[in-house]
Amino acid sequence: MAKRSAPEVNAGSMADIAFLLLIFFLVTTTIETDRGISRKLPPIPVDDIVPPIIKQKNIFTVIVNRNNDLLVEDQLMDLKDLRKAAVEFLDNGGGVGAEACDYCQGLKDPASSDNPDKAIISLVNDRQTKYGTYISVQNELVGAYNILRNREAQRLYNMDYSVMEKNFNDPNYNGNKVALGKHVDEIQNMYPQKLSEAEPKN
Amino acid sequence: MAKFTKKMGGELPAVNTASLPDIVFMLLFFFMVATVMRQNTLMIQNKLPFADQVEKLDKKDLVMYIYAGKPSPRYQQKYGTVARIQLNDKFADVSEVQQFIYAERESKREELIPYLTTALKVDVDTNMGLVSDIKQELRKAEALKINYTTRIGEVAKNLE
Repeated sequence: MAKRSAPEVNAGSMADIAFLLLIFFLVTTTIETDRGISRKLPPIPVDDIVPPIIKQKNIFTVIVNRNNDLLVEDQLMDLKDLRKAAVEFLDNGGGVGAEACDYCQGLKDPASSDNPDKAIISLVNDRQTKYGTYISVQNELVGAYNILRNREAQRLYNMDYSVMEKNFNDPNYNGNKVALGKHVDEIQNMYPQKLSEAEPKN
Repeated sequence: MAKFTKKMGGELPAVNTASLPDIVFMLLFFFMVATVMRQNTLMIQNKLPFADQVEKLDKKDLVMYIYAGKPSPRYQQKYGTVARIQLNDKFADVSEVQQFIYAERESKREELIPYLTTALKVDVDTNMGLVSDIKQELRKAEALKINYTTRIGEVAKNLE
């Protein structure tokens, strides 16, 4: 007698099992990309380094006390005015001769910074200051640098600085990275981020 | 010739569903490879502040996470209400941060070490004293690339 072939197993329900597994994984995995303000901490100084002498006018002091009030250059200020004040300070270009700044569009006030390369923003916190206020201040100061850098990048290369930096760090970018790197460095040197944070008081 | 007779029923053969699971497994493997499981369960309250000058932290494997904030209500009886640091699923002291950084560096490849960045995910209401202590420990461990993790939004909301 001819052997009857065994009936085929119905494979339709395999798909159901697979879909269940898939839905389980879809539901339990999270694709979290965190976003945040990137900063670079200064290295711990070696003991025998002498701090260079800096003129008072080249320092922009921002002090935050335990009540989360802002004291900018010894005057009370609201958070919303901080970005504009920082931009004015950095872009001042009050220097003359060798220290003059030819790309600054500021007021050239001799009592404010000489050129952006010498301009230092000094931030002092209190130990009881809230972290939220600290981040707001950092955000406004970083925003001030970014406004100036974007302005120069638009003027020189018709592109925003933040876009240039993103492309430079992107591994899939296919343009000329060497030239882009040089442009990014050039803009960074025009407005270097000299943001110094002192140890918080008490 | 007899072997090749076709049945004259006039009905279409049923669609073979045996390859459906293969398609689904391919999708499944894609998701398993492309996503990263969340590693740490937060034992602290972690309401992040708002900011708009933010950058994305894409490379998860090059990021070390330090959490700080008040313990969440479940843990408040045991650990109190003072802000604490959490490293890798358990509470830690400020002095353990350096050790944590060295341990994380050990687990990565040599050439990736300069690209490591530390993400500080700190609650809005934490005091700056704790955050400055963490930053000082990071400077001692030479982990200088940091990122303050925030949500995207208007900065004025932090002051409420």
